[in-house]
Amino acid sequence: MTNYLDFEKPLAEIEGKAEELRAMARQNEEMDIEDEARALDRKAHALLQDLYKSLTPWRKCQVARHPERPHCRDYIEALFSEYTPLAGDRNFADDHAVMGGLARFDDQPVMVIGHEKGNDTKSRIERNFGMARPEGYRKAVRLMDMADRFGLPVVTLVDTPGAYPGKGAEERGQSEAIARATEKCLALRVPLVSVIIGEGGSGGAVAFATANRVAMLEHSVYSVISPEGCASILWKDAEKMREAAEALRLTAQDLHKLGVADRVIPEPLGGAHRDTTATITAVGEAIGAMLAEMSGLSAKKLLSDRRRKYLDIGSKGLAA
Amino acid sequence: MNWITNYVRPRINSIFSRREVPENLWSKCDECGTMLFHRELSNNLNVCTSCGHHMAITPRDRFRALFDGGLFSEVSVPEPLADPLQFRDQKKYPDRMKAAQKQTGEKEAMLVASGEIGRTPIVAAAQDFSFMGGSMGMYVGNAIIAAAEEAVKLKLPLILFSAAGGARMQEGILSLMQMPRTTVAVQMLKEAGLPYIVVLTHPTTGGVTASYAMLGDVQIAEPNALICFAGPRVIEQTIREKLPEGFQRAEYLLDHGMLDRVTPRTQMREELITITRMLMGLTPAIKGDLPAPGELSGDTADEAQTPTSDAPGNSGDASRG
Ligand SMILES: [Zn+2]
Repeated sequence: MTNYLDFEKPLAEIEGKAEELRAMARQNEEMDIEDEARALDRKAHALLQDLYKSLTPWRKCQVARHPERPHCRDYIEALFSEYTPLAGDRNFADDHAVMGGLARFDDQPVMVIGHEKGNDTKSRIERNFGMARPEGYRKAVRLMDMADRFGLPVVTLVDTPGAYPGKGAEERGQSEAIARATEKCLALRVPLVSVIIGEGGSGGAVAFATANRVAMLEHSVYSVISPEGCASILWKDAEKMREAAEALRLTAQDLHKLGVADRVIPEPLGGAHRDTTATITAVGEAIGAMLAEMSGLSAKKLLSDRRRKYLDIGSKGLAA
Repeated sequence: MNWITNYVRPRINSIFSRREVPENLWSKCDECGTMLFHRELSNNLNVCTSCGHHMAITPRDRFRALFDGGLFSEVSVPEPLADPLQFRDQKKYPDRMKAAQKQTGEKEAMLVASGEIGRTPIVAAAQDFSFMGGSMGMYVGNAIIAAAEEAVKLKLPLILFSAAGGARMQEGILSLMQMPRTTVAVQMLKEAGLPYIVVLTHPTTGGVTASYAMLGDVQIAEPNALICFAGPRVIEQTIREKLPEGFQRAEYLLDHGMLDRVTPRTQMREELITITRMLMGLTPAIKGDLPAPGELSGDTADEAQTPTSDAPGNSGDASRG
């Protein structure tokens, strides 16, 4: 663990102390610190439990954005075999913020598409922090269209702060590209299942997540606007992001109540980044379960169920 | 469509909802500063007669000028849950709604109507920027779905006038979900083989642009309308450079291949009639202002002989368009 979130500071101190003790013991074999170190471990564990028992919406945003959280690439590598990346929108460029291609899930061929944020400075810049340009959405449309023609289920992994707000992106039709991707999601005659693995940022997320089934990791978020953006508009103060995060109802738990998320995938204690293997396994199980729910359904049924799901969203509020 | 049964109610609607404006009111063009006589401005559809600047126009005023004789019937929109998230910022959402309703005299940010333009039956929907920035929440989504369903039921084209700052933040994720919901509405029209024409007006931004407003068979914009996904300020903050002159304006989008046409508001009606009639396989249009369909065959024979008569809400200017 190198990255602690601001609210994890007390935890960082305890875990740091335990680590220090163990380092000292490695230097000096006569020191007996194990009891003390274990006590610190227990204290850290209790604190972690306490911190994560009921994360506030803003803290969930922070966890969802944690730099060590498993990203799209990690899931594809671990859960899919024969992954064969397919590149480009055949029009302008290949957008590295969006990765996708043919792969097998449980031996079944599928099309997997997702946002990739990168995991170090170099890859983050190359991936544009997971913020896609029109080319990214158009690549996704191309891959979804191919999946549709060859009868392959589509799996999307959503993790984006939002579509990239840039000059070129606007000139090349960012709005149109997002609209067409959403339209393509709704036109697929094959199953489309989606997992929000980190941040579901606005239209950039909708373009991939308009699916038959949507799962969200326990501490992932999905929102019309970032809490900071909402705070600066409605509170005229970007520092009011905690209040905005609260008001926006962007947590997996609230979205499940609202019918936007069909299932919530539990995360290991302390968030996905504390046990990436367990997280990835849980996501794999959810994808398998969602695809199983779709198996055997006719193209017509897949299409009409997906549309019905979206037409019905919002008919019941949070209370229901 | 049976205009006899549809005649009385809309007529009453359009007479009584007409806002009373003092005869001697002047307003100033916010572009060139010219003082414009109110009647002159409204006769010109809120387009400055001096510089051609397009000022905002309410959906109701737009429809009065759009439909023959200024007559239309409102299509009812299913009422969504009020304040589904119990959203509260510095004000409560229901209080913001009440203020917007009081200020505009409208229930919500979109008006849906059916009627005839140049004797061509259509369904139209118009977004109201003066109502909470035209923002898209459950009601706007329901309105677009209702408009599409009405068009499919009556086998009519849908013409949609967009104007919005984007999503209604106070409805959180449910406002975001209007992107797929309205896209389903557009798909209903496409599957029924019916034209869907979008007229983008100033401003059309955010999730609205990235859904139904960019999915038209024909995309027309009013001159100088700001049309974008991310707003210019957000982009300038991100890329830390000044944006070029006219960036994200209608003419710029036309140059970049994102629109079919940029058309002044005063010519829009004729153009919409021409396009919809061709797409619907109808004979060429009767041009010029037409009285309300009901007036041709009824108790108002004298009006029927004067097609330029000043029907309620009609500009009455035969040279218009
Ligand atoms: Zn002017």
